[in-house]
Amino acid sequence: MLASASDTATASAGPLVPAPFRLLAKRRETADTWTLELEPRHGTPLEFAPGQFTMISRGGCGEVPISISGDPDEPERLVQTVRAVGLATSALCEAEPGEVLSVRGPFGTAWPLEEAEGADVVIVAGGIGLPPLRGAVLRMLAQRERYGRLVLLYGGRAPDQLLFGEQIQQWREQGLEVLITVDSAGPEWIGHVGVVTRLIGRAGLDASRVLAMTCGPEVMMRFVVATLADTGVQSDRIHVSIERNMQCGIGVCGHCQLGPVLVCRDGPVFRYSEVERWMRVREL
Amino acid sequence: MTDDRVIAREDLDALFDALHRCGYTVVGPTVRDSTIRLAEIAGTRDLPAGVTDEQEAGRYRLAQREDAALFGFNLGPDSLKRWQLPPDRTVWRARRKPDGELTDFSTDARSGPAGMPDRIAYIGARACELHARAILERVLLGGNHPDPELRERADALIVIAVQCGEAGPTCFCASMGAGPKVTSGYDILLTELLDADHHVFIAATGSVRGEELLAEVPTRRAGSEELAAARATPARAAEQIQRKLDADWVKELLYAHLEHPEWESVAQRCLTCGNCTMVCPTCFCTSVEDVTDLTGEQVERRQQWDSCFAVDHSYMHGGGPARQSARSRYRQWMTHKLASWDDQFGTSGCVGCGRCITWCPVGIDITEEAQAIGAVTHGPARATPAKED
Ligand SMILES: Cc1cc2nc3c(=O)[nH]c(=O)nc-3n(C[C@H](O)[C@H](O)[C@H](O)COP(=O)(O)OP(=O)(O)OC[C@H]3O[C@@H](n4cnc5c(N)ncnc54)[C@H](O)[C@@H]3O)c2cc1C
Ligand code: SF4
Ligand code: SF4
Ligand code: FES
Repeated sequence: MLASASDTATASAGPLVPAPFRLLAKRRETADTWTLELEPRHGTPLEFAPGQFTMISRGGCGEVPISISGDPDEPERLVQTVRAVGLATSALCEAEPGEVLSVRGPFGTAWPLEEAEGADVVIVAGGIGLPPLRGAVLRMLAQRERYGRLVLLYGGRAPDQLLFGEQIQQWREQGLEVLITVDSAGPEWIGHVGVVTRLIGRAGLDASRVLAMTCGPEVMMRFVVATLADTGVQSDRIHVSIERNMQCGIGVCGHCQLGPVLVCRDGPVFRYSEVERWMRVREL
Repeated sequence: MTDDRVIAREDLDALFDALHRCGYTVVGPTVRDSTIRLAEIAGTRDLPAGVTDEQEAGRYRLAQREDAALFGFNLGPDSLKRWQLPPDRTVWRARRKPDGELTDFSTDARSGPAGMPDRIAYIGARACELHARAILERVLLGGNHPDPELRERADALIVIAVQCGEAGPTCFCASMGAGPKVTSGYDILLTELLDADHHVFIAATGSVRGEELLAEVPTRRAGSEELAAARATPARAAEQIQRKLDADWVKELLYAHLEHPEWESVAQRCLTCGNCTMVCPTCFCTSVEDVTDLTGEQVERRQQWDSCFAVDHSYMHGGGPARQSARSRYRQWMTHKLASWDDQFGTSGCVGCGRCITWCPVGIDITEEAQAIGAVTHGPARATPAKED
């Protein structure tokens, strides 16, 4: 029995059948990272909450989880920032405007933007960990009065690897405090050099007021939570976005397990106190 | 539902006939390559009459029985999983337009290469298999994004269960609350009674469909002796069960001992072949792969059974596999089955069918591993929770 094409345009197509999204524009962020701006072929905007991800593919080249980096207040544009590291992500970065990509989602949990109201919000991002936080930054800046201090601590490998340079300048003007560091740099770099955790001390935080959100390589996040804990931030005030191998995005393939949680379904954003025990176990 | 009926051995084929008339393909146990496999069967002549299976850790062999029992064995490597979640299926097939848009989506549904006929009657399901079926259904269809094709597959099944009268040496269903007695989840339940001059099946029905089917088979009312013999059948199997696992404590036990030295010890023996996951009736891991034809116009996304013992299973760009060592992969499998499954899906992932013990080439035994992890702090007799190590 074959499902007809008209069937599959409807919800009855099932959760593994993707929807078509046309690539409107692409912007080069760094040598290997592109921001893709997409529009649903069939009209319905992809409402999402910052922190959620899609499963996206370029016809036949493999489907991968990519966070939505767009503005949650502009759901008619699906914006995703992709670093080309392998087959599927390279194919996505090579797509040309006009092409149609395949998207499922959005899936997963979101950054706790309501819980963060009234708090000093500290965002700690490493490398490609910034795009998954971009929507949260945009939403909080749009509602600036609801939050205390808004602090972005961002680390990259080198100056030419840093994402969203001009936008970060704008965010500063809108009330975001920004500290940036790189692992290594030439003499022309006048900013900080060193790991992102060093910025935590420089931010002059009042631990009792902090709510932290962090995304980046898992080792980085381990050091971030340890450093935040040292400064007195409780682990239930820290939220992390975890990466795992994902084949389905909907809790049925088993690949994204971290002990008792399925990262695609129960995450990717977790309150650190809920996953701390499991993140501490090597190779879990 | 209705009173239990008696089907004479020579009338059992009438049940197959009734199923065929209703459009069912009958799947059941049959001997293939010296193994009891599940396959399409035409009638009772295809059942493993007079055959039994001898199982031990890492060992499986068929033997001749002294009687002509049709269900005088326990379990082979196959389970209903094959029909609930095919080993290899096309989740969609589409045409790729020049601009990249995929259109004309189609699926295998039930007639594609995975070979799912329209309606399946599974004859011979044991108690543990009915529990495994329910667990797998909960995993695949109980979430927020049920797959309509898998839903159809689930609904296309009718189950004729068989009460176990003997337990195999690797069975521990009683510990997992999944057997040996069949109590629910069947359309028809058969209990085979066999002595020197008497070979009958006591049939109970568990659904309206089951009643309708049974009405097409010559039966008579069961006598009180026959009913008593039927009741004694699963009790006899229960007495034969040798292996045990303390299901009440095992979750806390494993969670408390994620760094236990036994994980290293079992990793020394484990080949990480993944056999245990393939034969397990509830293990559900799958991977997808995109396949295009030479023109690039036809695109297909295929989903295949995968195993947490494969090092690629947890592969991530940059970090490599989350679980590189054999130790971490065995630990993942066992803690998933017996502990984290419960957190993820609200049920244990193990029904105690013993397949993973029998089909492990080196005879690793999940019940022994649980013992070993409980044993160091609490002596060998009983697995009880311990404080974190
Ligand atoms: C929730 C979430 C959000 C994410 N958000 C972003 C984002 O916003 N931007 C971004 O750039 N990235 C993001 N990522 C990471 C991104 O998904 C990966 O970089 C991507 O999956 C890599 O796919 P690839 O095919 O390009 O790379 P590859 O490394 O070629 O492929 C990875 C996949 O192929 C398989 N594979 C490839 N090589 C091997 C091998 N040697 N052995 C075994 N298996 C292999 C694995 O199964 C894996 O699924 C996110 C990940 C998650 C989980
Ligand atoms: S883990 Fe082993 S005993 Fe338990 S259900 Fe799976 S195969 Fe059967
Ligand atoms: S426990 Fe046995 S069957 Fe499972 S992966 Fe290891 S060697 Fe293979
Ligand atoms: S990605 Fe498949 S279960 Fe999470």
